[in-house]
Amino acid sequence: MSAATKSAPKPAPKSASKKTATPAPAPKPTAAANGIHPGSLLSITQLSLDEVSSILALADKLANEPLSKHAELLDNRKIALLFYESSTRTRTSFELAAKSLGAMTTLVSDKSSSIEKGESLKDTGLTLRALGAECIILRHNASGSPYLLAQQTGLPVLNAGDGMHEHPSQALLDLRTILSRLGKKQAVDEKTLDGVTICITGDILHSRVARSNALLLPRLGAKVILCGPSQLLPPEAVQLSTGITLERDFDAALKQSQVVMMLRIQKERLAGLQIDLADYQRQFQLNDERYAAYAPNALVMHPGPMIRGLEITADIADGPQSAIEEQVSNGLAIRMALLARALTGGAA
Amino acid sequence: MKTILIKGGHLIDPPSRTDRPRDLLIRDNRIVELGDPGKLSAAAKKEGAEVIDASGLIVAPGLVDIHVHLREPGQGHKETIESGTKAAAMGGFTALCCMPNTSPVNDSPEVTRWMLSPERKAHIRVFPVAAATRGSMGDTITEYGSLKAAGAVGFSDDGKPVLQDAVMHQALIAAARAGVPMIQHAENTKITVGASMNAGARAFRLGLRGMSIEAESGIVERDIRLVRELTTGGKGPRPHLHVQHVSTAKAMEAIRQAKRAGLHVTCEVAPHHFMLTDEAVEGYNTHAKMNPPLRSEEDRAAMVTALLDGTADCIATDHAPHAVHEKEQEFEKAPNGITGIETSLSLSIKMLHHQHRMPLLRLMHLMSTAPAHIMGLRGRGTLAPEAFADVVLFDPKSTWTFDARKSPSKSRNTPFDGQTLPGVVKMTISEGRVVYKS
Repeated sequence: MSAATKSAPKPAPKSASKKTATPAPAPKPTAAANGIHPGSLLSITQLSLDEVSSILALADKLANEPLSKHAELLDNRKIALLFYESSTRTRTSFELAAKSLGAMTTLVSDKSSSIEKGESLKDTGLTLRALGAECIILRHNASGSPYLLAQQTGLPVLNAGDGMHEHPSQALLDLRTILSRLGKKQAVDEKTLDGVTICITGDILHSRVARSNALLLPRLGAKVILCGPSQLLPPEAVQLSTGITLERDFDAALKQSQVVMMLRIQKERLAGLQIDLADYQRQFQLNDERYAAYAPNALVMHPGPMIRGLEITADIADGPQSAIEEQVSNGLAIRMALLARALTGGAA
Repeated sequence: MKTILIKGGHLIDPPSRTDRPRDLLIRDNRIVELGDPGKLSAAAKKEGAEVIDASGLIVAPGLVDIHVHLREPGQGHKETIESGTKAAAMGGFTALCCMPNTSPVNDSPEVTRWMLSPERKAHIRVFPVAAATRGSMGDTITEYGSLKAAGAVGFSDDGKPVLQDAVMHQALIAAARAGVPMIQHAENTKITVGASMNAGARAFRLGLRGMSIEAESGIVERDIRLVRELTTGGKGPRPHLHVQHVSTAKAMEAIRQAKRAGLHVTCEVAPHHFMLTDEAVEGYNTHAKMNPPLRSEEDRAAMVTALLDGTADCIATDHAPHAVHEKEQEFEKAPNGITGIETSLSLSIKMLHHQHRMPLLRLMHLMSTAPAHIMGLRGRGTLAPEAFADVVLFDPKSTWTFDARKSPSKSRNTPFDGQTLPGVVKMTISEGRVVYKS
């Protein structure tokens, strides 16, 4: 377990006197120093590979056993879904996962709630806690907001996507998909993905999915190629972690890859950037010709929502090598495991 | 008439390069005499002077912070002139220059005078910096002459830098005519929209939009070009550009070159920029969110170098108080800034004196003499006879633990809370009055 999730200590009491003989520890702005619940998942970097393995194992168990076996695992536990951004698959996936385990869920969205009246994230979190919420699933347009919510409520918080930062449950479901499609074991270690090259292509700058995957997959031995135009893939992306390379030529990237993850251009986050969509399509679209020419057997993935005809064509999205629907199904299993981990410590 | 004898201390006075045991005699609000240990005792006794024993302490000119936000008028929930100056006295300061981004903006003699009125209950001297343009909107310069007459000591739009070349050109001329500095927060705000930390790999990983080095250095270079044109043009008075809180090596290098070229360009460095890097933002710590942002290790080291080699003229805190609920927000939504007047001396001692062996004489120059000189605060920043009796007594060897909740400041937004730091302020005397005693 990483330092960030080891424990949830209260901040150390500060010395009242001005002069003191005992030096107080320098405050470090880490999650652990701020009382974050160990069942939280704020960033994929919090998880050790052992923890990733146990989450995958739990997801496997929950997905393969009949519903009746685990329908009461979170019997009457209260889970709040707090969504500041619209979402279909992540929200529904978390909600169905919670309900499959017997929990009660409530959805609070920025529309039609006190958020619209200007209530702060902290106060919204405290209100949900006062109403009995035992875990909050947060989707928010501001990077880092799950940290604030976790610090202020002390509840387990699951990051369902925060701004341009991370989407850790997506990285876990993507990993489950990759492992099963490549016929790898679910108990992962540093060598599990040795020899596997995964190309993530598109709007990396704004993609929390890309960040979480780029922070996780190299730890399992994978080579990750980030691909896209410089406006959407700045040079500093290579420093996300070791095992990452940048490639501007999609064909060259494809040639090396066994897995290709396509991303949507997030028009809502472009903030002044001008993208020539026709040119983008020409250079970075995954279509039949490109696929056949450079990576005829590669596994095709997409976190959704897809813009068919822009970053990916329909025939590729629906083709035999596409794992897109499987990703969605895996999401349900992973999120069941994350909820069980958050509320029972993973004892399923 | 009240007389005070400060005896037994180690006296540091940068202008006279005094750095040895000396006693100090104060009468009313002025310094009267400095003398060898014991030499002033008889005269003091005759006058019935209050005797302050400064054994083991440094006795230095009161510290001067030329960049603080006192939030009045308009945002008294964050800070008031009374609370801010009380906290400053605790930090060893005897003079502050406060920025005009109040509500209303200090762009009129009325607001300047309001800040200076006795009803504000300032514990130490406050010197307002007035807005460089009306409403700090960057379009029309304010009336520098009448603002100076009301008490303004410089002009700045602070967080809303003057971007238009023509307006900055006018402002430099008008400030030069008024005999005060034109003070610039160097940031090209056109290219920092939505940015909340230093640009680079860490910002990318945290998913935060970054402020580039060039957003700062570009404005510094532009301003220096304008100063050069006006200086070499040679018709009007020589302009003085003061660059606030420099945070990048690139901007500092531009200032170094400008100084070499003989231009009147000065600058300040904030303690957080020589103490911390953008690593402090990890965990989305809003107490590490400030503008200019915390930069890379290379930039941090360049700030230290500039203070050591004299390129940076002084230390200023950019004391920026904010209420707790304002900082307890999503990182991108939280306001910029940290408090600083309580910890400036200790952080400077820690980094510059302890880690880089800067003599205390030089440190006092950076924290008192030089800032007073930059802002034209006559009779401050020195312990010379006839100067104002602004004095700080501190123990550089002992340590204390900073507890932000105990600060007289109304805010406690600081990344240094709970830290044990060297340098304990024992007493602050402002114009002959003891305004702080530990």
